[in-house]
Formats: sequence, structure tokens, C-alpha cells
Amino acid sequence: MELNTKKRTGPVIFSEYERGDAIKKAVSILREDILFELKDSKLKGRGGAGFPVSTKWMLTSAAKADEKFLVCNADEGEPGTFKDRVLLMEYPELVFDGMVVGGYTLGAHQGIVYLRGEYEYMLKSLEDYLEEMRKDNLLGKNILGKEGFNFDICIVLGSGAYVCGEETALIESLEGHRGEPRNRPPYPINTGFLGRPTSVNNVETLAAVSHIVLKGGSWFAKFGTDKSKGSKLFSVSGDCEKPGVYELPWGTKISELLKLVEAKNTKAVQVGGASGFCIPKSQFDRKLAYEEVSTGGSVMIFNESRDMLHVLKNFMEFFVDESCGQCTPCRIGNVKLLEGVEMIEKGEYTFSHINKLKDLGRTMQLASKCGLGQSSPNPFISILENFNDEIFNSGNNGGRNVS
Amino acid sequence: MFVAEKNALSEEIESYVNKYGSDRSALLMILHEIQKKHRHISEFAQQEVARLLNIHPVEVYSVISFFAFLNSNPKGRNLVRVCQTISCDMHGKAGVVQAIERELGIKIGETTKDNKFTVEYANCLGLCDMGPAMAINDQVFLKLTPEKAVELLSKVK
Repeated sequence: MELNTKKRTGPVIFSEYERGDAIKKAVSILREDILFELKDSKLKGRGGAGFPVSTKWMLTSAAKADEKFLVCNADEGEPGTFKDRVLLMEYPELVFDGMVVGGYTLGAHQGIVYLRGEYEYMLKSLEDYLEEMRKDNLLGKNILGKEGFNFDICIVLGSGAYVCGEETALIESLEGHRGEPRNRPPYPINTGFLGRPTSVNNVETLAAVSHIVLKGGSWFAKFGTDKSKGSKLFSVSGDCEKPGVYELPWGTKISELLKLVEAKNTKAVQVGGASGFCIPKSQFDRKLAYEEVSTGGSVMIFNESRDMLHVLKNFMEFFVDESCGQCTPCRIGNVKLLEGVEMIEKGEYTFSHINKLKDLGRTMQLASKCGLGQSSPNPFISILENFNDEIFNSGNNGGRNVS
Repeated sequence: MFVAEKNALSEEIESYVNKYGSDRSALLMILHEIQKKHRHISEFAQQEVARLLNIHPVEVYSVISFFAFLNSNPKGRNLVRVCQTISCDMHGKAGVVQAIERELGIKIGETTKDNKFTVEYANCLGLCDMGPAMAINDQVFLKLTPEKAVELLSKVK
């Protein structure tokens, strides 16, 4: 089974790297130095939220506790995202070395990979890989001769819950509870797994850490834009000739990316997965960066033949399925938004009702407990607004107009 | 359930507890092992897990009912999950599903009479670049056509 669809290797994440390099470098310098390198690199979280990694790690390493944990969030559930699959299958050394470096920096002794249940087929090879690392003393006791540096990694499988990609829901499920998000604060950096300080980092973030420790923060900061340093792995799917994983510097324009993947007659691009935003053709000169069009890497392309209402319906069905049901705005709100889409589909709607639903969406963005409900109205609002004409005003459109 | 079966299941669960520990944080992996082997987690199994982890059986049930991949009622011997998310949808998921439904004579979400297959939808399998995709048990299959999907099913025992 061929799962390799890496299409473009860039100069950062996919640059040359050998297993153990970052760990060797890390144990020869001080923990503080690693934090300074990360600060210089301005690395932000690659899962999508974009929290500065140096801040998260400084706070976790400064927290006082009998034990700390580092969790690698490999619960890659956002529709259209598959970069972590490629990283874990082809570059496990980057991810695991990044975790060991993290363990050293934070003073943690246990690393946990939370691997989504859908990726169970890679469990065996990852565990074999960890076993090799143990043999080479890259894991275990007194790693590479560094007295007192003990760190090991275990893998826990998720069981098909999108919401567990949210860090507190992930921790809940690691503890053996339903994967329902917690209120924040307290944040996991203080009260995480088993009540101990815990840093939860995305797979790609940890891979970037390995390079930064080895090559320096200023090297990393040479790439990208002012506010978004380094490069990003984009998972490209949909209507294009060359879908796959692309490493591109932050600041790449959407139009440039479309050219690269050989997309033709593109009508819209959904950036950031189902919970992201739908960008119409008129905005293709916008840049992919935290400060402009922010994303965890999902890029789904739709050509002229696609029905955007159908796309929206697919997304809303997803959210109705995946809402954990804990808080009301998300549990009820997503159902209402989906009902709205179905009304439009049948042509049984009023504009005042649709406007009310948009308001409901904005309420959900404010009132939901976690990122799922806060972002699930994004496609509803952005597709209905950006494709207003297609959905409401074009003539022969499946009876969608109010008669 | 016969006493011998119960004893065997208890022993099996004990071996998982030995492997993953008796703290509650071991629950997900223990349930995963049981699910993988028996394709469901029976009431008796739930009680045994609860006893060994020293928690209430309802706590175990609450976790099972939360996760899409864990279930307390038996399913078919082989679980087929077709990705329904947009990238796979655009590349022909509907045709694949239709072919499977016709071939097996069931609707999605159902189990065949001979108990050989349960067919379900799955949300994004992370194979968007090679859709339509589906998983048969823990193996994934890519770039499906209706014909190819049916052929894959015919090879399953």
C-alpha cells in the first residue's frame, strides 16, 4: 500500500536530518538555551491555533511538579488534513526526536503520542521505531550518557472522536474519561494529564523543534513572513492534478499554491479544514500566514462544477456528528445550522430565518466551550456570504429560490 | 455466556491490565484491545474492566458510548468504513457506497444477514489526497471505484 504523497519538499521541515542529531545537540547545551533558540525561531503551534511554542514550553518548564508530561497531538482529524500521516510514516525521527528534546527542556519523563484510531495501521511500525530508539539509548535512562535524563514515549490510540484533537479533550480521554473539553483556565501547562503540567504539541511542531535545536532559531526565522516564521506543510486535496503534502514558506499566496498543484477552473478554496474559511476566487491573492489566512494546513480545492451548498452540507453534517454534546451552543447550534442548509436545499427558507441562523453562528463562536463549536459556524457564514449569488440568486438552481 | 467463556474473557482482560496498568488512564487502550479482538465490548467485559480498574461499570460504558470506534453491541465480522468527508465525497464516494449497498444487499449502517459485514460511514480518514477511501477493519484502501470496492469486499473472508 503506497501512502506517500509528499509532493514538494522545502528547505525547512523536509531538510536533511539524521536520527538523534537534535537529541545529541540538546543534551550538550542547557535547557534555557533551547528555550532561547525557540524564542528566536518564533515558532508557533502548527495545529492551527498558532500559540508560540517557546511561551508554552517556558511556562511548562517553569511549573513546579513531581512529574510533567509532553503529549504529541497526532489526532489529526480536521477534514482535508493528512500531513501528520506523512510525517509519522516517513519522518518519525523528526517527531520523536522533537519529543525527546521537549522532555529534556520541560523536565518531563514521559512522552505520550495520542494517535488517532484511524491511523492504527501505522502503530506497529511506530512502536518498532521506538524500540530501536531505546536500543540506541535515544530513549530510556540517562539518554546519550546525560546523567539523570530519563525519558520514554508511549503511544495511545484514539477511538474516532474529532473533538479529542482539542487539547483538554485529548487529556480527558487519556485519563480514561469521555473526551469532553474542560474549561480553560486552568490550562494544561499547569493542570494537564493527571493534574500535572503538560505540554500538548502538534506533530509538525515537534518536527520543527528538531530542526530548530540543530540548526538554530535564527536559521528557522529566515523563512516565512514577519509574523509567521518558517515553513508549513500543506495538505492539498480536491480538484487539482497533484494532491498531496507540500512544504511551502509562510506567506505563499493562494494563487501560487493553486498553480503549483495544477488546479484548473478553481472556484473556491477551503482553507483550514471544515472549521476553516471558504475563500472565493476574488481573494486568491491573499497569503497563507497566521496574520492573513491562518491554517493548520488543510487546503481543499473546489472547481467551477462544484455545488457549494453541497460542500457546506457535508461540513455541517460532520460537525453535527462530531460535536461532543457537552455545551448547548455547539450541540443544538450545529443541528440548527444543518437544518438551515437543508431548508435552502429544498427551497423552503426565508431570508429572515437564514439571517437569524448567521446570528446564531456568531453566538456559537462566542459562547461555545471549545474550538469545535467556536469554529464550526465558520464555513456556514463564509460560504453563505461568499457564494450568496450562487446559492440564492442564480436561476436554475434546483428549486432553491423562494417562489 | 458459558462460565468457561467468561473465565477466558476475564483472564484476557487481566492480561491487558497487566500490560497497560490498573490506573484509569489505561482504560482507552484496554477497551481498544477488547474491541479489536471481539469487535464489541460486552456488558460482562465492561464489568470486568471496571472491577480491575476499580471504577464503576457505568464509567466504562460512558467512555464506550462516547467514541465512534467502540461499541457495546456486536457488529459484523468485518467492519467496512467508507469515508464520507468532502474530498472523498467529491471523488465519487456516492458511487462506491451504492455499489457496496447493492452488492451486499444492505443499507449503510446495517449488517449483512450472514454477519460477515457491517458497513458504516466514517468521518475523514486522513486520506483526502487519495480518495475515495475506505477502511476494512484496520486496513485502508485508496482511489476506489465502485468496481474496485466490490472486488475488495469479495476477497474478505
